[in-house]
Amino acid sequence: MNLLARTNPVTRIVLATMISLPLLFTLDWVSASSTLAGELLLTPLCGVGIRLLARRSIPIVIAALLGSVTMLLYGQPGGRTWWHWTLITVSDNSARLATAICLRVLALGIPAILLFSHVDATDMADGLGQVFHLPARFVLGTLAGFRMLTVFVDDWRSIGQARRARGLGDTDRLRRFATMAFGLLVVAIRRGTRLATAMEARGLGAPGITRTWARPSRLGRPDAVAVAVVAGLMALALALAWWAGTFWLVWT
Amino acid sequence: MATITARGWGWRHAGRREWAVRDVDFDIADGEHVLLLGPSGSGKSTLLAAIAGVLGGPDEGDEAGLLLVDGRHPTRCHGRVGLVQQDPESNIILARVGDDVAFGPENLGVPRDLIWPRVWASLEAVGLDLPLDHPSGHLSGGQKQRLAIAGSLALSSPTGGAGTSVLLLDEPTANLDPSGVVEVRDTVTRLARERGVTLLVVEHRVDVWASLVDRVIVLDPVGGLLADGEPAEVFAAQREALVRAGVWVPGVGSGLTPLPAASGTPVLSGERLGIGYVADRPVRTGLAVDLPRGVSSVITGDNGTGKTTLALTLAGLLPRLGGRVVAAPDLSPPPRRGRRSRRRPSATGDDPGDWTSRELLTRIGTVFQQPEHQFVAGTVRDELAVGLDALGWPPHRADRRVEELLGALRLDRVAAANPFTLSGGEKRRLSVATVLAAGPEVIVLDEPTFGQDRTTWLELVSLVRRMLDEGRTIVSVTHDAAYIAALGQHRIDLGAA
Repeated sequence: MNLLARTNPVTRIVLATMISLPLLFTLDWVSASSTLAGELLLTPLCGVGIRLLARRSIPIVIAALLGSVTMLLYGQPGGRTWWHWTLITVSDNSARLATAICLRVLALGIPAILLFSHVDATDMADGLGQVFHLPARFVLGTLAGFRMLTVFVDDWRSIGQARRARGLGDTDRLRRFATMAFGLLVVAIRRGTRLATAMEARGLGAPGITRTWARPSRLGRPDAVAVAVVAGLMALALALAWWAGTFWLVWT
Repeated sequence: MATITARGWGWRHAGRREWAVRDVDFDIADGEHVLLLGPSGSGKSTLLAAIAGVLGGPDEGDEAGLLLVDGRHPTRCHGRVGLVQQDPESNIILARVGDDVAFGPENLGVPRDLIWPRVWASLEAVGLDLPLDHPSGHLSGGQKQRLAIAGSLALSSPTGGAGTSVLLLDEPTANLDPSGVVEVRDTVTRLARERGVTLLVVEHRVDVWASLVDRVIVLDPVGGLLADGEPAEVFAAQREALVRAGVWVPGVGSGLTPLPAASGTPVLSGERLGIGYVADRPVRTGLAVDLPRGVSSVITGDNGTGKTTLALTLAGLLPRLGGRVVAAPDLSPPPRRGRRSRRRPSATGDDPGDWTSRELLTRIGTVFQQPEHQFVAGTVRDELAVGLDALGWPPHRADRRVEELLGALRLDRVAAANPFTLSGGEKRRLSVATVLAAGPEVIVLDEPTFGQDRTTWLELVSLVRRMLDEGRTIVSVTHDAAYIAALGQHRIDLGAA
């Protein structure tokens, strides 16, 4: 059952923000782990299969581990010191920080996968324009540029093949990457200019005209339900942390 | 009543001293079908952009004289004029076919319930019978251009009111294969006949539109018009000037005698070859091809049959998905001990896919479809030296070779210019020159004549012939019938899609 599919894409931005803010301002393990648990429980409602979730989680898990190891070794020392060597100090405080970072990266990363794995760019643009009332030129320019990305993948491949054909494919990976990136930039600017011309020729930004939208984008009951569920989850997570006595704001 | 009026009109891009267009006078009436010609640099595209109202305001350049569409400045009559550009990819704006056509009406503030009928009508008018949510990226080149035309048609109400619309086509078929050319031409012809659409077309290949246009306007690069009148009259009176301007004037051929068919021992061949970009989705399998030594081979076939894929695989630039690519022993690099390839270990070293980039450079050169993809240096001179540098040539020797090439390919005037700023023809010559620099024995050309005017075309074909005279082996991917006639000594036809 995919409840998320019935929501407006912009609601997902709201949901992501609702999850992020409390997690960014707290540092304790209870709020983060209960948020993470709640997210995993809600996974079946988000239309993302377990395998896709697992595959896309790999970089997030790696980032979480790297971040927490760094915190463990170099985080602000405090409480008992367990191990000390040159700049490295493992202490009660750095261990708590490490746990907090690990859980937070996961609790922030997993919902990003759940919320944005199946978003259609056009639907998102419709929402940004009609619900959030962002400027149409900005929204549609970004959307059209987004479509160009697939073309750039082919450009990049051709540019790489051309480097090999020209005798530059063997060594100096870094420099090759730099010249390839520059080549792609030039090609991209060219394509972008022509695309802008095409959009203008079709009346984008015509003066004195209020743009209409062919596809309605509205908020409805599913959006309200999604916001309520996430609000409940975050409130519960913070309450649990408070009740367990672990609640820890960033600036304290 | 005239639809488009120019009176002493001119445009100078901001920061330039020369006028891109100047002193242009004409009246184009409703329903006229006009072919706009002129040498490159005479401002054809600038004129089209101006009529489309997309040249920008005073900060983009200076305007002289008067240019009116329906009696108003072009920037004030959005929705009346549609513009289709050469590159199909940059005419598509949104990811779904229906949304793309709806984009124009949305911008013009058409109410939602009136947009979709316009979308259906426009798609029907160009004969695109596809679901509205069909991905626009999956269309063929010809379909993309028809979609762009539909997007232009949708700008004006199908029931009239504002009158029939104006369609500006800037080399709309230059990047298409023959079936795409016919597709677009037939669509435009039908629209012109059935809907009375006013047409203004820029195209080097006059024969594509000869049956449709009833008037030819030729821009003079120094200002004003060279000619304006009936096609037959203009072609008769201005034949020399038009030919010099790179136009394929009807009745004036390439003047080249076709090379005789030829065969010979293969210098490079593919055996049971599987080609493609993704291992489990080969484009073709079981191909058997031979490239005879010292002969010009052409790879032909519909779009999507794997012509470029085959050429790049033979050129050692794309890993093969099955079978073998075998180079003749004298083409292959001497065996190295403990040879380990980037891609797969090879015992014999006769597969170009296993050669190092430097080994490839002196053996198989590839000219890419888009010259921009090939450029790596800041000046034309450095661009030519790149490969020689990679080979470790001493500077004085490399310099001599570069000077030689600059002269032979008429690039000496632009030797210090940035490759990306060259004209289309110069870019094409430079991309060939970079490959010639290292003197490879086999040269692969991917659609070398795509979108080129007659002048560049002739230069390119004579260049390839000179390479053949030097004993090199040539293989070209092409759709171009004239090119096949001039250089198709050995044909590799991949057939229909």
